[in-house]
Amino acid sequence: MKMLSRISSRLWRVWARNLLVYMRTWKINFIPPMAEPVLYILAFGAGIGGLVGSVRVDGATVPYTAYIAPGLIAASVMWQSFYENTYSSFVRMFYQKTFDAMLATPLSLEDVITAEIVWGATKAVASTLLMGTVIACFGLISLPEGLWLIPLSALGGLAFGSVGMWLTGQTSTIEMFNLPIFLFITPMFLFSGAFFPVDGLPAWASALAQLLPLYHLTQASRALCLGTATAKIWWNAGYLALFTVVFYPLAVEAMRKRLIK
Amino acid sequence: MEAVIEAVGLRKKFGNFAAVDGLDMRVPRGSVYGLLGPNGAGKTSTIRMVYGFSPKTGGELRVFGQDIDVHWRAIRARIGVCQQENTLDPDLTVEQNMLAFAGYFAMDAAAARARSAELLEFFSLETRRKDDVRALSGGLARRLMLARALVNAPELVILDEPTTGLDPQSRHQLWDRLLDLRAQGLTIFITTHYMDEAAALCDELLIMDHGKPLVRGTPAALIASHSGKAVLEITNPSEAARAAAEASGMDTEDFGRRVIVFAEDFSELEALRAALPPGQHVLRPSTLEDVFLRLTGRELRE
Repeated sequence: MKMLSRISSRLWRVWARNLLVYMRTWKINFIPPMAEPVLYILAFGAGIGGLVGSVRVDGATVPYTAYIAPGLIAASVMWQSFYENTYSSFVRMFYQKTFDAMLATPLSLEDVITAEIVWGATKAVASTLLMGTVIACFGLISLPEGLWLIPLSALGGLAFGSVGMWLTGQTSTIEMFNLPIFLFITPMFLFSGAFFPVDGLPAWASALAQLLPLYHLTQASRALCLGTATAKIWWNAGYLALFTVVFYPLAVEAMRKRLIK
Repeated sequence: MEAVIEAVGLRKKFGNFAAVDGLDMRVPRGSVYGLLGPNGAGKTSTIRMVYGFSPKTGGELRVFGQDIDVHWRAIRARIGVCQQENTLDPDLTVEQNMLAFAGYFAMDAAAARARSAELLEFFSLETRRKDDVRALSGGLARRLMLARALVNAPELVILDEPTTGLDPQSRHQLWDRLLDLRAQGLTIFITTHYMDEAAALCDELLIMDHGKPLVRGTPAALIASHSGKAVLEITNPSEAARAAAEASGMDTEDFGRRVIVFAEDFSELEALRAALPPGQHVLRPSTLEDVFLRLTGRELRE
């Protein structure tokens, strides 16, 4: 493929630039992923958990806090990578002209866009590491299987980042991102089985939920956290990989159309 | 002399609009080559093709003797680009801008630090190393743009209106640095709207309009062949002054509030000047600006 032949190892220099910026404010960047799970576990575990008690997952009964913890990790992977490759990439592209400057150096458009998506996935992995550490302290991650959350988050990050970058390639103003957030990300956050099992929904709604990439990320994360992973997890991973394979070339093409005049 | 940039029948179309419409150009190594023209003449489109950002629609374009369409990555490794807009990275400090950019050229960290220190000193920015680039004034930001464009020790630098919006001190300082760079053998390809800048810096000029080349040559040769050596400029001409200028039979251009009479020599203008009614008029050497306005007209663009 022509697109892949234009990718070079220089893309890690673009990735390093983003890491440098991230580490300049690391204290601020590290707080939300560490504070968020504590708040959710307190609110949902102590609050709603008291009402709900426990949830049945694949025939086993798990406490409500153990049920939502992997859902929080999965949702954070989605938010981190999608946000990074929409709002943040748009700011770099449109307001800061960072990509224009890069494209006057030996970097190709493919190098820059791939690095941005890989960076979005990196932020997703960072959030999993930070959140995961806190959640593991509550004893809610089964180890060492739980370490598979790291590659899983990278895969999820690539999938959501590619979708985000594809949108960035065709968005005229930054406010327009509210639309996919409202129509796609927020409903997915609520209906992907992070907070309640989707098989409790009407059959049509439950079938629809299974088309959502976050559903598969949540299922896989939960299986790893509970230590109940079966071969089914490969279907979940495959579905996320499919999203990446479809949306990554679309994202590069959309950015080419947008940037190269 | 070896050509660093060579364009033959170069064309760039956006839909039906031809931004560059058959440009032949040859930029010799070690020269300062100026591309002039009104807004929309096709200067920036040309520049973007030269550094392999915009794909050309037609014609040939070779940089360092290589086809830009094929060897764009190798070519970009040997050039530095200072774009018209400020494209400094606002998330990084002055020095980090230099180092990140060196990274895009795959320079190793030690070489990048050494080169960055050398360039920041050359542009008198060494005390601003740790500063946020958002805190830099227009002149400082321009200097940093230029320093950053030189981080890979390029053989060719491309400057798109490098001094637009700068105060006279900053402009002259930047000119000095550019002349230093030329003395080191660098080839400079520059666009500008300032005719004094073009005259002061450029060895060779190309004036273009509507995507096509109009004239080319050294600044002195262009002035000599298109507006003579001497000019009589009449400001707010009275009817009598305008009539006298026209009656003189000399080469005259009427710009409304200004009438300009061109001649080969000041002595040719002396008779007319003596015949003019009292008022504002001045004898002066002709400039590149006279040539530019004669060739590209005086209606506003855009």
